[in-house]
Amino acid sequence: MATIGVLIETEAGKVKETNFGVLTAARQTGSDTIIALMLDGSAEDAKTVLGQYGAGKVVQVSVSSGDVSASPDLAARALAAAIENLSLDALLGLASAIGRDLFARLAALKDLPLASDCVAVDLAAKTVKKSHFSGKTTAMLKLTAEVLLCALRPNAVEAVEAPTDAVVETFAAAVEDPGQVKVVEVKKEAAGSVDLTEAAVIVTGGRPIAKAENYKILEECARLLGGTIGASRAAVDAGFAPHSMQVGQTGKTVSPRLYIGCGLSGSVQHFAGMKTSKVIVAINTDKDAPIFEKCDYGIVGDLFEVVPVLTEVLKEKL
Amino acid sequence: MQIYVCVKHVPDTAANIRIVGDKAFDDGACKFIANPYDEYAVEQAVQLVEQNGGEVIVVTLGKPVAVATIRAAMAMGAHRGILVTVADQFVDSQTTAKAMAAAIGQDGKADLIFTGKGAVDTEGFQTLYRLAAAMNLPVVNEINKMDLADGKAVVGREIGGGAREVIEVSLPCVLGATKGLNEPRYPKFPDIMKAKKKPVKEIALADLGISTDAPASELLKLVKVPERTGAKMLDGDVRQAVEALVRVLKEEEKVI
Repeated sequence: MATIGVLIETEAGKVKETNFGVLTAARQTGSDTIIALMLDGSAEDAKTVLGQYGAGKVVQVSVSSGDVSASPDLAARALAAAIENLSLDALLGLASAIGRDLFARLAALKDLPLASDCVAVDLAAKTVKKSHFSGKTTAMLKLTAEVLLCALRPNAVEAVEAPTDAVVETFAAAVEDPGQVKVVEVKKEAAGSVDLTEAAVIVTGGRPIAKAENYKILEECARLLGGTIGASRAAVDAGFAPHSMQVGQTGKTVSPRLYIGCGLSGSVQHFAGMKTSKVIVAINTDKDAPIFEKCDYGIVGDLFEVVPVLTEVLKEKL
Repeated sequence: MQIYVCVKHVPDTAANIRIVGDKAFDDGACKFIANPYDEYAVEQAVQLVEQNGGEVIVVTLGKPVAVATIRAAMAMGAHRGILVTVADQFVDSQTTAKAMAAAIGQDGKADLIFTGKGAVDTEGFQTLYRLAAAMNLPVVNEINKMDLADGKAVVGREIGGGAREVIEVSLPCVLGATKGLNEPRYPKFPDIMKAKKKPVKEIALADLGISTDAPASELLKLVKVPERTGAKMLDGDVRQAVEALVRVLKEEEKVI
């Protein structure tokens, strides 16, 4: 029987849905103790929803000297102390922008091996599966360590409920900030927008989108599906979208359950960032576009004609 | 300024990876390039030295052929290179970081260390953090904006959901670059020729007192990810095709 920790991430005080897949991945034997760790948000508010996915305990981790969010180094030190205090055999989390950074700091601090951006983990065997070579191959790695550290790609493991009653505990780590890395400002550009790397549905527009305003067409469709919009490198380089929206090589790696590519050719570099999507739909005017050889469903047509109709049909059928 | 840039020699992202045996690939059969994210790191280092004076030193760990990547960085303006040679195709991040730290420590005093946010081959996203820990330096990754002032760097990074962080970090430090930081230059022919004459020092990993035996993170198996084949094309007029799509996504795939 092992004790498995799961680092929970919140967005505007709410537990992100992508955490539930990680909690599901943590429950492999049925006899392990699952502890959810929270550096932000409120454990008291989150205990019901975390218990729904099998967390028996929710620990609010803080630092005795100040604010844990002041520095990622301080957060990493607090986590390291929590791992020791709770005698964790493994700590799982999300390979989000925040999670990837925090897990790497923790691994470097403790000189422990880390598997980042995994798509599967076997806690008993201490093996993980993750992408190598931009999604062209899958590597199986074995980590030899007292404490297994693993950050999972958001949406890689499907969430399954396993309701239990979670109790709340607090842990104040007696750690100091080395004071070298200081977060001085967090700027929220578009409040409440779904993070691309964690979105369940993504509608992406390539170069044929032709101007920035035209992303509105995709946005309406994405919103109906509870998702967000992305862009290809060509569209970003042409100035139609910010780099934060870019999917693929030199952009973001995403793994939504539904990916709708509009006006994408289907380059290897683009696929490197989205080929682990569950279902890929392509809309392109060119019936010979390479994307039609690598997607699940295809529609030959102009995105400016197809997407508005899709939005209309979704309004009727959803 | 004495700036070190860690650059990895990786297969071209468009290259076909042919797996050999359980956990190796045919590296003789594919084209290699400098890791794309590391190009932003090289460009940033070269620009800083152009503005402030100093020297840019490229550090690479790889097989002897990885010298090609050092030459590519030199063509962009780096002054000299250090190649830590290994026989292995894959070296874990803990070993790589120790080797980089030892090679840099042996060479001189770093005012700044740059690298890319991650490598496109093994996608581990951690070596720079371990390098920073080994050298007892602070680290910030995925930076797309940077200013130097009063002995610190002020850097910007995206943290998802349209949010940006502004971070102050004391110098010297390790910084991981990503797209947006700058526009890497395309070397001109004379620069490529000049790069061939710049000095590269080779050091065997074992001579740094580091071994690749028994890594804590070990590659057991490498398998090809099958490509999707035979997309289902939805025909008819736009309305018919879209209705068919929504039906299949809803009823068969159950993704909406």
